[in-house]
Amino acid sequence: MNCQHVGTLKVLSKLNQDKSDAVIALAGNPNTGKSTVFNGLTGLKQHTGNWPGKTVVLAKGNYRYRNKIITLVDLPGTYSLLANSADEQVARDFICFGNPEATIVVVDATCLERNLNLVLQVIEITPRAILCVNLIDEAKRKGIVIDFPKLEALLGIPVVPTAARDKVGLAALKESLHQVVFEHKQLQPLSIRYQERIEVAVATIQREIEPFLRGKINSRWVALRLLDGDTTLITEILNYISGTGPDSWEQGSNELKAVKCYE
Amino acid sequence: MGYAEITLTALPIGQQARVVNVGMQGLTRNRLLDLGLVPSSLVKAVRKSPGGDPVAYKVRGAIIALRSEESRLITVWPLD
Repeated sequence: MNCQHVGTLKVLSKLNQDKSDAVIALAGNPNTGKSTVFNGLTGLKQHTGNWPGKTVVLAKGNYRYRNKIITLVDLPGTYSLLANSADEQVARDFICFGNPEATIVVVDATCLERNLNLVLQVIEITPRAILCVNLIDEAKRKGIVIDFPKLEALLGIPVVPTAARDKVGLAALKESLHQVVFEHKQLQPLSIRYQERIEVAVATIQREIEPFLRGKINSRWVALRLLDGDTTLITEILNYISGTGPDSWEQGSNELKAVKCYE
Repeated sequence: MGYAEITLTALPIGQQARVVNVGMQGLTRNRLLDLGLVPSSLVKAVRKSPGGDPVAYKVRGAIIALRSEESRLITVWPLD
């Protein structure tokens, strides 16, 4: 676990050294045309990087838009960010600890409903998300009609329809991203409310963990994952906090363990 | 209407049902939930593989294959 994490940090710091104005994560289910969107935006100028200790490959590429250099990181295709597999853990860790300026979630317009699970998980972590509804050409062929303004209103994040294979919608995607990242367009993502007793537990845990997270990670999301009993996340958070903050590892570690026992 | 709860394994090909319970734990459960197989989801048995197992099911616009060892732990409410 530790070994793998050291590798993760190396890749992240390498990313930050690159000359780039913003790092954007590209997430999505498998087979949504995520890599087509990636190649369409970057013009195929990507190089792949391996996350040491895992067989997961991350593609990275740049493009320039309105005088800004954007670095896109193509995350592994996953159905979830709950870290059921190495792929999911890498995707989650990057969105959570890689500090991307925004996350684009690519979804398949022909089975939107199934894809929205991941979208909700992403906006639970970060408010800076953009939804790219890809394969609209195939959806049209299948007679599927999507009410994009309504989807945007429901989710509270920009929604951009694309057919990346034919470069349809990619300009709009770049513009939307530019507004979110550089013009600080205010987003109000849908906030998912759970049953009352879960909300009470979340609020209690949040109060306890907030001092340790120091605003670096969304405390509500961490509290929810602690309730899930996700131990991989606890390890990652402790590594992350200890790697960047002045406080001692041990102190944070004991406190977080205490929170876990408490719940 | 008029049906009782059955396991997903017992759902005849071509028939639709509503998921009542996903009765397993851990990673398998999470994976199935992530694929959209949650209580109240509509699920349809689409076709059997040549050996009869796994079976393909349509869930939320996508087709997924489940082995009987998984589908027998899922209870559904068959629909007409």
